[in-house]
Amino acid sequence: MIRCVRYAARIVALVASGLAVLSIVSLVALTAAPAAASMEPSAERRAELVHLLTQDCGSCHGLTLAGGLGPPLQAQALVDKPVEYLAAMILYGRPGTAMPPWRPFLSDEEAAWLAHLLKRGTP
Amino acid sequence: MKPLTSAPNTQHQTDHLRLNVPRCCTGGLVLAALVTLLPMGAAAERGTGDLGIVVERAAGTLQLIETSGNTVLGRIEGLGDLSHASAVFSRDGRYAFVFGRDGGLSKVDLLASRLVKHIKQAGNSIGGAISQDGRLVAVSNYEPGGVRVFGAETLDLVADIPALYGTEGKTSKVIGLVDAPGNRFVFSLWDAGETWIADMSDPSRIGIQKFTGIGRNPYDALITPDGRYYIAGLFGEDGLALLDLWHLEAGVRRILPGYGKGEEKLPVYKMPHLEGWAVAGRRAFLPAVGRHEVLVVATDSWTEIGRIPVKGQPVFVMARPDGRQVWVNFAFPDNQHIQIFDTKTLAQVHALEPGPGVLHMEFEPRGEEVWVSVRDADRVDVYDTATFERKANLPAGKPSGIFLTARAHRIGL
Repeated sequence: MIRCVRYAARIVALVASGLAVLSIVSLVALTAAPAAASMEPSAERRAELVHLLTQDCGSCHGLTLAGGLGPPLQAQALVDKPVEYLAAMILYGRPGTAMPPWRPFLSDEEAAWLAHLLKRGTP
Repeated sequence: MKPLTSAPNTQHQTDHLRLNVPRCCTGGLVLAALVTLLPMGAAAERGTGDLGIVVERAAGTLQLIETSGNTVLGRIEGLGDLSHASAVFSRDGRYAFVFGRDGGLSKVDLLASRLVKHIKQAGNSIGGAISQDGRLVAVSNYEPGGVRVFGAETLDLVADIPALYGTEGKTSKVIGLVDAPGNRFVFSLWDAGETWIADMSDPSRIGIQKFTGIGRNPYDALITPDGRYYIAGLFGEDGLALLDLWHLEAGVRRILPGYGKGEEKLPVYKMPHLEGWAVAGRRAFLPAVGRHEVLVVATDSWTEIGRIPVKGQPVFVMARPDGRQVWVNFAFPDNQHIQIFDTKTLAQVHALEPGPGVLHMEFEPRGEEVWVSVRDADRVDVYDTATFERKANLPAGKPSGIFLTARAHRIGL
C-alpha cells in the first residue's frame, strides 16, 4: 500500500515536472534580467570579455570605442540607451546593419555585464 | 682555438663600423662625435628597401623592423590611437605616412627612427594613399565623412573633399581609398553606395567624377597591380562593383552578382579587407563576405572560376609575390588559423596555427618570407614560405598591421 502511494506520488511528480519545465522556462525568462545585474562573470571571464570588447568589438567601434564603421560606444554616447537595449543589441545584433549577433559566444549574463560596463564607461 | 675565432670577429666588427660611416668622416674624432650626436644610427649609410614598420595598436607605437636579418631596429612613439592603422611610403622609401583611427596622420623618418610630424586631421579615419607623383597624401575619413589631401612634404592641407550625397547634405563614411595612374585617387562611400575619382593632376582645380548606385555598403576596395581595375566589395548585397579605369564611360558593373544566392549569410565579426595583393597572375582571390569561402575570379572576364572552402570567414587573402600561393587569415572566432593554397590547383598546401588574433600578413618583396602579426600572443612571426618553418619571432605589443617599404613602388599600396 505504502509502495503504491509512493509510485502514484512519483507519477504525479513526473507529470508535474513536465509541466514545471515549461513554467521554469518562463520563470527563468522573467527573472533573468534582474538576476543578470547581480550575477557577475568570474574574474577570469571578465578579463576575456574586456579583451573581446576592446579588440573584437573594437574592429568596428574603435579600440577606444570612439566609433569606426560602427557607432561610438563611449558612455556619453549611450546616455539614452537602456542597459536592456544594449544587452539585446549585443546578443541579437541589428538586422540590416553590420552589427552581428554575439549570442554564440556570450550568455545573457555576460551580455548584461558588458552593457553595464559600457554604460558606466569603459575599462 | 679561441684566439683564432675571435680575431676574424673583431675584424668583422671593424669592417662593419667602417661601412656605416661616410667616407669623408673616417677620422677618429669625427666618428666619435657622430656616434654621440646620432645615437639612433641616423648617420649610417644604409638603404631603406629592407625596412618596414609593425603597428602596435594598443600602445599607439610603431616598431621599426628590417627584413635582412629579421630584427627590430627601434620603436617610434606618439602616433595616437593606432587601432586599424595603415601606412604608405614615400617614393624614396625613407618616410612612412601612418593613418591612425583617431584621425591622426603621422610622418615617420625610417632612417632616423623618429616621428617627423603628427597632425590630427579628422575625428575618425580608416586609411590613406599616396599619389602617383609622391607629392600628395590622401586620407579617407569616417568623421567628418570625406577625403582630405595633404602635401607629402609638410602635411599641409591641400584639398578637402566632403563625401556629400543625397539631398539632405549628409556626408558618408569613406572607404577603399587608393591611388591610380594619372595622379588620381579613387574611393567609395559606405553610406551612399558611390565610387568617386578625384583627379589631382592640378591640385588647384580638382576634378571629381562620381559613379552612383554601385551597390549597398561598399566596405573596402582594391586596385589591380596594373592600376586598371578598381573593385569595391559590397557588404549590403552580393557581388562586387568593378570600375575599368581605362573605360570610365562603361561605368561601374557588378561582378559575381550571385555568389551567395539563396544561402543565408553568416554574421560577420570582422569586415574582410581587399588589397591589390589578392591578384595572382590571371586570377584574383577575394574573401567572400559572411561565408567560409575564398572566391576565385578570372581577371580577363571577371567571372567566377572557382571557390575555395576555408576554415572561417576570410579577412585577408594575400598572394605571395610570385603568385604561386595565397595565404588566408580569418575573422573571429577562427583568427588563430592561417591557410595556404596553391593558386594553380586551389588545393591547400599547408595550414598554420600561430595563435589567436592573427591580424595581418606581409610578404617580403620577393616572397621568400612572410611576416605575421599574432595580436593575442604579443608576437610577430616570420615564416619561410617554402618550408613553412618559423624563422623568427619578435615580441610586439598587440601587433596589427605590418608594412614594408616595397609598397612604395606599387600602385594601390
